[in-house]
Amino acid sequence: MNHAVSLSGVTVGYEHNVVFSHLSLEIPVGQFAGIVGPTGCGKTTLLKTILGTQPVFSGDVRLVGYPVNKVPPGTIGYVPQLESVDWTFPVTVEQVILMGLYTNNRIWPWPTKEERERVHDLADKLGIHDCLHHHIINISGGQRQRAFLARALINNPKLLVLDEPTSGVDIKTQHDVLHLLGDINSEGITILLTTHDLNAVASHLPWVICFNNGVVAQGKPRDIFTNEILTKTYGGDIIIVEYQGHFLIANSTPLHLQEHN
Amino acid sequence: MLDFLMEPLAYEFFRHSLLAALMVGSLCGLIGVYIVLRGMSYIGHGLSHAAFGGAVVGFTLNLNFYVGAGAMGLLAALLINMLTKDGKIKSDAAIGIVTTAFFALGVAIISQVRSFSQSFEAALFGNILGITNEDLWVIGLVTAFTMITIFFMYKPLLFSTFDNEAARVFGIKTSIVQLMFSFILTLSVIASMNIVGVTMIAATLIMPAMTARMMTDSFSRMLIYSTIIGAITGVAGMYMSYIFNAASGATIVLFGATLFCLALLIKFIRERFILHSHLHSHGDLVHAHPHGPKHGAEDHKHVNEMDRVEKKM
Repeated sequence: MNHAVSLSGVTVGYEHNVVFSHLSLEIPVGQFAGIVGPTGCGKTTLLKTILGTQPVFSGDVRLVGYPVNKVPPGTIGYVPQLESVDWTFPVTVEQVILMGLYTNNRIWPWPTKEERERVHDLADKLGIHDCLHHHIINISGGQRQRAFLARALINNPKLLVLDEPTSGVDIKTQHDVLHLLGDINSEGITILLTTHDLNAVASHLPWVICFNNGVVAQGKPRDIFTNEILTKTYGGDIIIVEYQGHFLIANSTPLHLQEHN
Repeated sequence: MLDFLMEPLAYEFFRHSLLAALMVGSLCGLIGVYIVLRGMSYIGHGLSHAAFGGAVVGFTLNLNFYVGAGAMGLLAALLINMLTKDGKIKSDAAIGIVTTAFFALGVAIISQVRSFSQSFEAALFGNILGITNEDLWVIGLVTAFTMITIFFMYKPLLFSTFDNEAARVFGIKTSIVQLMFSFILTLSVIASMNIVGVTMIAATLIMPAMTARMMTDSFSRMLIYSTIIGAITGVAGMYMSYIFNAASGATIVLFGATLFCLALLIKFIRERFILHSHLHSHGDLVHAHPHGPKHGAEDHKHVNEMDRVEKKM
C-alpha cells in the first residue's frame, strides 16, 4: 500500500514482439521520478502499462493499492505529450481543465459554480488565469503545458503521470515546468514522468529510472548518472561533467571532432 | 415574400418534406460535429452504403426498409469498431472494406432481381417529396433520441473526441462511449437516407459542422451553430428544390456548400483585413492583440509568445 506504482513480473508487447518481460518496479508514495532511456526503449509502453491503456501479457500492475483496471476515477492525473494534442480542436483552456471533472456523477453538461471556482483557483495557482477563455492554439508552449497540468490536477490525484513534459518547449519553460512539478510533489502527489532530457532530470528530479526494455538502474541522479550506467542504457559512450554542483551530460565525442579524426 | 414562402405550404407533401428536411438537417448538423472532429468524415458515406445493402437484403426477405437498413448499418458499425479497436487497421480502411462489401451485396441482389431496382432510387439519390407518415415518425424519434443522448453524454463524448487515451485514463468508459456514438450515428444515417440519399449524405453530415467550425473556436457553440445551420440548410434547400424544380437532396447539399464558402470567405476577410489592422509593433516585433468587445488595458497584455510574433522585415 506504500507504493504509488507497483509492477510485478509484468510482460508487455505488441503481437509477437515483447517490449519488456518479467518487469518488477515499485515507486513509493511521494516519489518524484523520471524515466529516461533511448528512443524505442519501451518508455512509452511502460507509461501506457502504468496508465492501464496497454494490455499486459502477464503480471500484476497496481496503482495506489488498486489493480490498474479498478482504480477509482480521479486517482490518476495524466498529462499527454503536447505533440499528440490536436491544437485545432475547438476548446478553450477552461474547457480543457473542466474535462478533468467529467468523471464526476453529474450528468448535466454545464459545470457547477463550485467546479468553475475550482478551475479558476487552480488556473490562478498555475499562472494561466488570464488565458482561461483563449482557444488552446492561441497560448504559448508553457501555458499549454500548464493547462494540461491543471486538467490532471483538478481532481487532486494521488499519482501524476506526464509523458515527455519537457519536449517541444524552450529551456526556460522546461525549467519552470520542472520547478512547478517539484512544488506539486512537495504537496504529497507522487509524480512519474518520461523525458529525453538528461540534464533536466539531473538538475531537477530526486529519482531517476534508466530504462532500456527493462530497468537498467534506478536511484538518485548523483548515483545513477555514471558513464557505465548511461553507456549501458544508451549503448554509446557518454561523458558526464560536474560543474558547480550540476551535472552536464553529453555524447563523448562531438561530431566535428569525429569528422576530424 | 410571405406569400412566396407560404405558397408551397398549401401542399401536404411539401409540409411533410419541409418538416423532414428540418429534422434531418438539424440531426446531421449535430452529429456531424463529432464526425468532423473525430476525423471520420467518410463514415456517413460508408454507413449509408452499408444500410443500402441492408435495405435490399431486407426487401428480398419481405422486411421493412428500416429493419433491413438498420440491422446491416448497425452490423457494419460494430464490425468497423471491432476492426479498428487495436489500431492495426485504420478507420478509413475498415470503413472502405466493410461498407463497400455490404453495398456490393445490395447491388448484386438488385442485378439478380431487376424487377424491384426502381424502388431503391429514393435511397440512392433521396426522395424528399415521397415522405410518408412512417418516415416522419422514424426521423422524429431518431432526432429526439440523438439529441437527448448527446445532451446527457456531452461530457464523455467531448473528452473522448478530444483525447481518447486521456479520457480512458481519467476513468471514462471510452469503449461504451464509442459504441453509443456508433449506434446514434447509424440511426441518424438510416433516418436521413431517404431524404438526401446515399450519395449525398456525407456532405449533409460534414458541411454544417465545417461551416460552424469557421465561425467559432468553442465546442458547445459549434454544436449549436452546426445544428441551426443544418436546419436552415434543410429548409432553404427544400424551397430551392421547389423553386427550381430540382432534386431536393442536391439543392440541400448545394445550399450547404454555398454557406460553407460564405463562412470561409468571411473568415478569410476577417483574418486578412480585420486582424491585420490590429497589429502593433514594439521595436522589432510585430504583435497581434485580441480586441474583444470589452477591449481595455488588460487586453493589451501580451497573451503569449506564440502570438504570431514575426520579425519585422
